[in-house]
Amino acid sequence: MDMFVLQMFNGLSISSILLLIALGLAVTFGLMNVINMAHGELIMIGAYATYVTQNLFMSYAPAAWFGAYFVVALPIAFIVAALIGWLLEVVLIRHLYGRPLDSLLATWGVGMMLQQLARTIFGAPNVGVSSPAWLNGGLAISDGIIFPYKRIFIIALVAVVLLCMYLYIYRTSSGRRMRAVMQNRSMAGCLGISTRRVDGMTFAIGSGIAGIAGCALTLIGPIGPSLGTYYIVDAFMVVVLGGVGKLVGTVCGALGIGMFNTLFETYTSASIGKVLVFVCIVAFLQWKPRGLVAMRTRSLD
Amino acid sequence: MKKRSVKLWSILLGAVIVMTGCVEGTAPPEASGSGGTGEPAASGEPIKVGILHSLSGTMAISEVSVKDAEMLAIEEINAAGGVLGKQIEPVIEDGASDWPTFAEKAGKLLQQDKVAAVFGGWTSASRKAMLPVFEQNKGLLFYPVQYEGLESSPNIFYTGATTNQQIVPSVTWLLENRGKTFYLLGSDYVFPKTANQVIKAQLAAEGGEVVGEEYTPLGHTDYSTIISKIKAAKPDIVYNTLNGDSNVAFFKQLKDAGISSDQMTTLSVSVAEEEIRGIGADVLKGHLASWNYYQTTDTPENATFVAKYKEKYGADRVTADPIEAGYVAVYLWKAAVEKAGSTDVEKVKAAAKGLEFDAPEGKVTVDGENQHIYKTVRIGEVQEDGQFKELWNSGAAVKPDPYLKTYEWGASLSAK
Amino acid sequence: MSALLKTGSLKMRIIWAVVLIMMCLAPLISTEFRLSLLAKFLALAILAIGLDLIWGYGGVLSLGHGVFFGLGGYAMAMYLKLQASGTTLPDFMGWSGLSGLPWFWEPFRSFPVALLLGIALPALLAFALGWFTFRNRITGVYFTILTQALVLITVTLFVGKQEWTGGTNGITGYNSIFGFTLHSAGTTIVLYYITLAVLVIAYVLCRRMVNSRFGQVLEAARDGENRVRFLGYDPAGYKTLAFAFSGALAGIAGMLFVLQVGIISPSMMGIVPSIEMVLWVALGGRGTLIGAVIGAVVLNAAKTGISEAYPEGWLFVIGGLFVTVVLFMPNGIVGVYRHVVRLLKRRGESAHVQVTREKPKVY
Repeated sequence: MDMFVLQMFNGLSISSILLLIALGLAVTFGLMNVINMAHGELIMIGAYATYVTQNLFMSYAPAAWFGAYFVVALPIAFIVAALIGWLLEVVLIRHLYGRPLDSLLATWGVGMMLQQLARTIFGAPNVGVSSPAWLNGGLAISDGIIFPYKRIFIIALVAVVLLCMYLYIYRTSSGRRMRAVMQNRSMAGCLGISTRRVDGMTFAIGSGIAGIAGCALTLIGPIGPSLGTYYIVDAFMVVVLGGVGKLVGTVCGALGIGMFNTLFETYTSASIGKVLVFVCIVAFLQWKPRGLVAMRTRSLD
Repeated sequence: MKKRSVKLWSILLGAVIVMTGCVEGTAPPEASGSGGTGEPAASGEPIKVGILHSLSGTMAISEVSVKDAEMLAIEEINAAGGVLGKQIEPVIEDGASDWPTFAEKAGKLLQQDKVAAVFGGWTSASRKAMLPVFEQNKGLLFYPVQYEGLESSPNIFYTGATTNQQIVPSVTWLLENRGKTFYLLGSDYVFPKTANQVIKAQLAAEGGEVVGEEYTPLGHTDYSTIISKIKAAKPDIVYNTLNGDSNVAFFKQLKDAGISSDQMTTLSVSVAEEEIRGIGADVLKGHLASWNYYQTTDTPENATFVAKYKEKYGADRVTADPIEAGYVAVYLWKAAVEKAGSTDVEKVKAAAKGLEFDAPEGKVTVDGENQHIYKTVRIGEVQEDGQFKELWNSGAAVKPDPYLKTYEWGASLSAK
Repeated sequence: MSALLKTGSLKMRIIWAVVLIMMCLAPLISTEFRLSLLAKFLALAILAIGLDLIWGYGGVLSLGHGVFFGLGGYAMAMYLKLQASGTTLPDFMGWSGLSGLPWFWEPFRSFPVALLLGIALPALLAFALGWFTFRNRITGVYFTILTQALVLITVTLFVGKQEWTGGTNGITGYNSIFGFTLHSAGTTIVLYYITLAVLVIAYVLCRRMVNSRFGQVLEAARDGENRVRFLGYDPAGYKTLAFAFSGALAGIAGMLFVLQVGIISPSMMGIVPSIEMVLWVALGGRGTLIGAVIGAVVLNAAKTGISEAYPEGWLFVIGGLFVTVVLFMPNGIVGVYRHVVRLLKRRGESAHVQVTREKPKVY
C-alpha cells in the first residue's frame, strides 16, 4: 500500500514535470505549428537565469534573503526566455510560417548555437544551484512515505501556470486575439488584428513558460549546456499524444506518459520502462492519429 | 528582379567561399600559437601531439577540464624548454561526444598530422572506438580516466585507475566498515555493467550480498521510482556507477526523499570535485567516493599543481582525479621521450617501462607489462566546502591488474 | 545514366561525364586519409538520396533514418566481428556475461546472408512502420514525431541489450574483410570505388523511379493526397514502398560506412544524426536527388573541415549555416544554382520567355 501511494505520487510528479516542459511547446507547436527544436535550449536558458539570480543574491543580497532568490528567479527566467523567444520569432521564425519542417531545421541550428554559447559563457561543466532552504525536506504522510516539498512545489507551480494560461487564452482580449490568429490568420488580419504582433507575443509566452520549466528543473536535475536535449523529445511526445491545439490534451498526455512511465519502471527497469512507454505512444497514435483530444475540423487537406 | 539576382549571387559566392574555406582549412590556426608562451623552440621543428576530447555534446561537461589540464602541462613543459629541446605543439580536435568521430579524428591526427602521441578520450566507448585506429597506425594514446579494466592494448597507456585500483579495494573497505548488503545503481552502458560484474563476483567471494541492481538510460533525470525501489530493498550501501548528469538528478532527489548519508552509505566512482560543484556540496555532504587523487591530497607536487591550475583557469575551478591523470599523462610521455631520446612510438614504449614520476597524487610507476600505472587508492568523504576528506588510503601504490588475475574470484571474469 | 541523359542537354552530359571522371581520379590526388573520408561522405550520400526520395518526392519527413542506417551498419559489423573473433565469443559478450552466441547472430557468419539482412532488415522495418502509419493516414509532423519515437525505442534497446549489441560501445575491433586489412591503402581505394559505384547505381535507380509513373503518383500524393485517393490510387501503398526502398538505401549506406569507419554504435542511430541526415538533403536541395548527394558531401566535408579548424567553436558555424540555408536558400544549393541559371538565361534570351519561378515547396 505504501509503495502504491508513493508510486502514484511519483507518477503525478513526473507528469507535472512533463507538463511543465511541454506547456510552452503546446503553445509554440500546438497553436502556432512551429516545430521549435530550440525549446530545450529555452529551458536551459531558464535554468541558467536561475543560476545567475542565485549568484547575484549570494554576492549582493543579505544572507537572510537568500531563500527568496527562487521566487525572484521564476519571473526572471520567464522574462529572459520570453525575450530570447521573441527575438527568435522576429528574426527567424516569422519567415518560416507554414513551413513547419523548415522551422524544425532552422531552430535546430539555433539550438546548437545556444548550447555552444552557454558553454562559452558558463563553461562546459555543470553549474550548481542550491535550492532554497524552505523547499528542503518533505511532507511525511506515514512512516515510509515522504512527499518532497520540491515535488509538491512543482505540482503546484504547474497548476498555477496552467490556470494563468487558461485565463489568458480564454478570458482576456489579447488571448482571444491570439486564438483568432491561430484559427484563421487572414480573417483575423482583416478584422484589424496585427497578426505579426500576436505571433511575436504568442511565441514569447511559449518560450517564457519554457524558461519557468528550466527554473523549476534546477530543483531536481542537472544544469548544464546540454540540459535541453534530455527533455526535448519527451516534450514533443506529450504534445503529440495529447493532441495539438488544446491545453486539456496536453494535460492528459503528460498524465498518461508520467503514470505509465512510473508503472512500467516499477515492474521492469528504467530502460525497458521507457521503451514500453514509447511503444504504447506509437501504438496509440496508430489508433488515434490526432491524439487524445483532437480539434474538430471539417477541412480535408 | 536585378536586386534579387545580386543578392542570390552574393549568397552563392559566400556559400562557395565558406565551403572551400572549410574543406581547405585543415590546419588549426590557433594550434601554433597556443602552445608556446615561453621562448621559441631551441632547435628544430616543434613536436606535434594530439589532444582529442569532446568539446561539444553531452560529454563536454567532463572532458573540457581534462583538456585544460593537458594544455597546462604542455604549456609548463614548453616554458621550461620543451622536450628534447623542442617545443610541443598541441593539435586540438573535438570528438563531439560521438564515438565514430573519435575514430575519425584519431585517424586524422595519426595519418595527417603525424602526431607523436595523443592524449584523449573519456568514455569507454570512445576508447574502444579509437583502439583499432591506434593499433593499425601504430600510434600512442594516453587515456586519462578510470575504467572497467579487462583491456591492455600495446598502443595505449592508461593513466586512470583500473578496477583493482578503485572499485575492488573500495568494496573491501565497505564490507569491513559499512555493511554487507549492496544495491548496485549504474547508467546503462559498458563501464557500470562491467564494473558491477566485478563487484558481484567479489561480493560472492567476500561474503556480501546484492539486494538490487538497476540501470538507467544515459541522461535519465528522474530517479523517484528508483529511489522508492532502493527504499524498499533497504540496502546498507548504494554502490553508484551513474554517469555525469544522472548523478546530479539522483543525489538531489535522494536528499529530497529524506535519505541522508548517515542513514545509507553511497559510494560513487564517477563523482569527483568537478561533479560536486554541479550537484551542490550541501546535497552531497557525507557521501563517499573512491579515487586515486583529490584536490586535498597532501603532496608538495599537488600544491603546485592546484595553484597553477587555478591561476590559469580561475580561482573557482577545481581539480579532480581525471584532470590530474590527464596532467600526469603529458609528463609521463615527456619523461619517456627524454629517456628514449626519441619520439618513436616503440622506443617511447620501451623507455616508459618502470618509469617513475612524482605526480600530484604521489609517486606513480608505469607497469611495463600492461602499460597501466601504479596508483594509491583513496576513499574520501564529501565535506561542506565541496572537497573530499580522505577516510582511508591503501598506503602504498597498488599494482595495476586489469584482468584481476591476482584475485581468486577474478579468474572467472578474465577467463571469459 | 541513361535515364538521366534522356532529359539532360549535351552540356549537362558533358558536365556529368567530367564530374564522374574527376571522382574516379580522386584516389590519384588525395591522401589515403582524405580518400577514406570522401568515401565515407559518398556512403552517406547514398542514404541522402533515399531520404530525398521519401521527403522531396513523397513529402514525408523521416527523422528515423538513423535507425535504418544503423541496422545496416550492425549487420555488417556483426559479420566482421564474427570473422575477427573466429571461434571465440565476441569480446563484449564475454564481459557482459554471455557464455554462448545468441541464435540470431548465427546467420551473420555468412557474408551473403549478412549483406542481404543488412538491406532487408531496414527495408522491412520501414515497410512495417509505413504500412501502419500511412494506412492510418498519419502524415506530416505526426509521422515525423513517430519516427523520433522509433529512434528512441531502438537506441534504448540497443544500448540496454549490451550482451547482444555491445551497448554504447557498439561493435568495433575488427580489422579485415576477406583477409584484406581495412584502412590499408589498397582496401581504401577499392572501397572508395565500390562506394562510388553503389552511389551511381542508387542515383540512377532513384532517378528512374521518380521519372516513372510510380514517382509521379508519389509526387501527386505529396501535393494532394486526398485528390490522388479520389482518383483511385492508393497513396499509402506508394508511400510505403518508397519508404521501404529509402530504408534499404539507408541500410546499404550503413554497411559501407562501417567498412569505412570501423565502428557502429547507437550514437550513429540517435536523434541528432537522424536530424543531421535531413539537413544534408535540405542543404543540397530537396526533390532533386542530386542535391541530396551534393548536400551530404558538402555538409559533411564542411563539418569535418570546420571542426578541425575551430574545434571549440565549430557548432556556431554549423548552426549558423543551417539557419542561413533555411532562410535564404529554401531550395538548397541546387535551388540557388537553378535560379542563377534561369536569370542568366533570361538575360540572354528575349524578355518574353515565360519563366515560372520555382516556389519553395511547402509541406
